[in-house]
Amino acid sequence: MSRALALVVSGALALAALAAWPLASAIAQDALPPAPYAYTQLEDPALEAKANALMHTLRCLKCQSQSIADSDAPMAGDMRHQVRSRILAGDSPDEVRAWLIERYGDYVSYSPEVSQTTWPLFVVPVLLVLAALFVLLRRLGRGRSDKIASESSLP
Amino acid sequence: MSTAETRSGLRLWLWIPLALFAFFAGLAGYMLTQEKPEFVKSTMVGKPLPEFTLEPAFDGLPGASSGDFEGGKPRLLNIWASWCLPCIAEAPQLEALKDEGVEIIGIAIRDRPEDVARFLERHGNPYTRIGADAISAVQLELGSSGVPETFVIGSDGTIRYQHIGDIRPEHVALLKAELEKAQ
Repeated sequence: MSRALALVVSGALALAALAAWPLASAIAQDALPPAPYAYTQLEDPALEAKANALMHTLRCLKCQSQSIADSDAPMAGDMRHQVRSRILAGDSPDEVRAWLIERYGDYVSYSPEVSQTTWPLFVVPVLLVLAALFVLLRRLGRGRSDKIASESSLP
Repeated sequence: MSTAETRSGLRLWLWIPLALFAFFAGLAGYMLTQEKPEFVKSTMVGKPLPEFTLEPAFDGLPGASSGDFEGGKPRLLNIWASWCLPCIAEAPQLEALKDEGVEIIGIAIRDRPEDVARFLERHGNPYTRIGADAISAVQLELGSSGVPETFVIGSDGTIRYQHIGDIRPEHVALLKAELEKAQ
């Protein structure tokens, strides 16, 4: 009996925690100032342009339908800081992307690379174009031979 | 080939685009009913723990570094924060694991020393060390995407297991089994 009660209470507590979480965390998780490069651009415009282009193709992990360039989540700010400080340190955008993919998988990148799970993305369109070409050529070829046949059958 | 035969062949071909359309519409409809994976799993499981050094999160406990996971036994690395409510829900389970002799090293995300101290006073302190990660740098190194998360670090220094979300009472046995495997 008491065990069942404890279960119900802990379940309710967990639910309450989950329901209140986004609200409470929005209040307190930015008690600290944001990371230095979360909202500050790099001084060198060329480097900033590189970092910015990269940030538009990286997924925010906390708000998965946004890029880290679009999101105001504290974690997206921390990710922007990583991107900018790594670009500033001389990493190429591809290296920074690879660094994140090594940790979070292909999911973190909006610009898919060929890998074991993503190869159909690249192969299927090529196959479709080839199939369309095949059908087209056959039909054109048949059209011509039909025409020749009908012409030759004229008296 | 007679014209009638060509026609029926053609008619069969014409069904293919419709069939393809029906297939994709069905697939889209099916995927819409599927639950969206809310959590991104770390792909660092199985890889060595990245090197890091973090300052103490408050003045009651030492900070944390990757060197603290070296030698002897598997340990838990718990990513948490005083502002995180599910972290309150998992506090009793961490306490229980500590009572069974598990060493738990904490990393506090974007947290102030006074808030860390208050949280531990209120909800108990299962940690031997807590490092302060003010900009989620180590969290990102680990491939972790939220709080709380708990990693099992093997005695050989590799990341063996990732638990996403708060540790509920039913997860304690699972974590103990993972710790056992990481021996």
